[in-house]
Amino acid sequence: MIKFDDVSKIYTIGDAEVRALDHASMHIRQGEFVSIIGPSGSGKSTLMNIIGCLDMADEGQYYLDGQPIEEYTETELAHIRNKKIGFIFQSFNLIGNMTAEENVELPLIYQRIPKHERRMLVKEALERVQLAGRMHHRPNEMSGGQQQRVAIARAIASKPSLFLADEPTGNLDSATGKEIMELFHELHSQGNTIVLITHDELVAKQAVRSIRIFDGHVEEVRKS
Amino acid sequence: MILQSLKMAWKSITSNKMRSFLTMLGIIIGVVSLVVLVSLANGATSSVTDSINSLGTNLLTVSISDDKDNPLKLSELNDFIDNDDLSEIAPVAQSSVTASSTYSEESVTVYGTTGAYADIQGLEPGTGRFLKSTDVENHTNVIVINNTVATEVMGRSNVVGENIKLNGTSFEIIGVLAAEDDSEDAASVYEAYIPYTSLIRLTDSVSTEITTFCVSAASEDSMDQAENTLTSLMLTRFGDDEDAFTIINQSSVMEAMESVTNTLALLLGGIAAISLLVGGIGIMNIMLVSVTERTREIGIRKAIGAGRATIMLQFLIEALLVSLLGCMIGIGFSWMIIQIVNIVGDVSYAMSLSVVWLSMGFSMLIGVMFGLYPANKAAKKKPIDALRYTG
Repeated sequence: MIKFDDVSKIYTIGDAEVRALDHASMHIRQGEFVSIIGPSGSGKSTLMNIIGCLDMADEGQYYLDGQPIEEYTETELAHIRNKKIGFIFQSFNLIGNMTAEENVELPLIYQRIPKHERRMLVKEALERVQLAGRMHHRPNEMSGGQQQRVAIARAIASKPSLFLADEPTGNLDSATGKEIMELFHELHSQGNTIVLITHDELVAKQAVRSIRIFDGHVEEVRKS
Repeated sequence: MILQSLKMAWKSITSNKMRSFLTMLGIIIGVVSLVVLVSLANGATSSVTDSINSLGTNLLTVSISDDKDNPLKLSELNDFIDNDDLSEIAPVAQSSVTASSTYSEESVTVYGTTGAYADIQGLEPGTGRFLKSTDVENHTNVIVINNTVATEVMGRSNVVGENIKLNGTSFEIIGVLAAEDDSEDAASVYEAYIPYTSLIRLTDSVSTEITTFCVSAASEDSMDQAENTLTSLMLTRFGDDEDAFTIINQSSVMEAMESVTNTLALLLGGIAAISLLVGGIGIMNIMLVSVTERTREIGIRKAIGAGRATIMLQFLIEALLVSLLGCMIGIGFSWMIIQIVNIVGDVSYAMSLSVVWLSMGFSMLIGVMFGLYPANKAAKKKPIDALRYTG
């Protein structure tokens, strides 16, 4: 599903060259629940950006579903993000002046799915995160946990092959965080691939497999 | 996709109403000035051409500047119209005199002429009659006054048969012209007509030598031919000297007038178009702010699958919508302003439809032109940079 082959990402800050990713190689299979753990500055955000096709590797190859990402144009990448990847961010990243329903609907609009079908998918997704009753609320009328569930619903709605979560519980209290994690377990049990990026050992432990990243190196791949 | 973009654009416009309105204000003012100014210029043009038309479009006016010591006499005039191209001729001299009665006194422009003048100029007495050739021959002190003189100097309209004093000399009123119904401006013009010969006696400035006379062409279509005939007659009379006289062709006056008013409309339209352009810059300014402000939103949209073209379209449609909305509001305001002008000024100007379309087209062009740069700026944003942005 995801294959990193000697991937490096280099940032130049002034004269200094910083290798955010240094010859990282790893492999994540279809249906896995993997956590990527590392302290801040370890390169995990860079890793997540590359996995999410938001950024490109400078060296090495990244294969998503067997396809090398480097070959795609910007528009094609947008298409891949739209169809294959469901993002869940630490800060939810919902659009403020849109209701929950409209936020969930947005990726489907970009997929040009007809309206009645969109309605169905949105309703289904919001029901799965138990927010069907808050469809017409805007993000600022909802709690952090609810907002994150809307974000998850948005990811669910387009039926992606990969859920990519970046510190999804980082802005939430532990009880709400637990609920969100349960949602991930549920998604995993339904056969979805989940990559969860975190610096929290406790969260990371809940994944079936953890990949540790430190100073740009993928250091340890351990089964938990 | 376009429908969705329209919806989103509408949402973002309505979610910041004050700002959207202020952005539109530039376009609104531009459109209002364009539509109103051009409509008023068009209306003024047609009212000017109407009043020129009412003077008679088959009118030729001749003024003699050098009589070669052989001045034109009243008795010679009829020789000029002894052909098929010209139909009537009348001498014109004018003088400003004080007209008085027991009721009031006013300064009046008095024309000294003959009976043919009424036919040439299309004057019609409402009551009484116009001047006759016998009045001219006998130097009778008779006068035809217009309605304004009648009401202001005599105190009422029905004054045929009464006497009015011009510079102290008594004249019998033989006719009162019908009141002009079309405009209020004409009401303040004091005009009266007396026999040419009587005017010679009344003032020193007018002599038996005719310096100005007017001629009517046989038809409006043969104006050029009539002018040519008259020119050759005048050349024969004044020893082939082209500079001895001037012939003013009413239809060429009209053409000149039209070109002047057209230039005026173009000029006003141009100035208004500049203000529309300034409005467009206002749109660009706000759109740029909006793009920066919504960097994060753009990032989110891109992350969940919006391509460059989609983002571009969204912002472009937003700019277009703002300018079109502004244009429509502007057209609405223009309509109101023209109605108010019509009521207050007692005129009937119509909103020029062509300028409405023009301003619509121009606004759209401006929306696209000034929306393109901000939209492109939004579309070019990299998703990771945009997501990381904390404004």
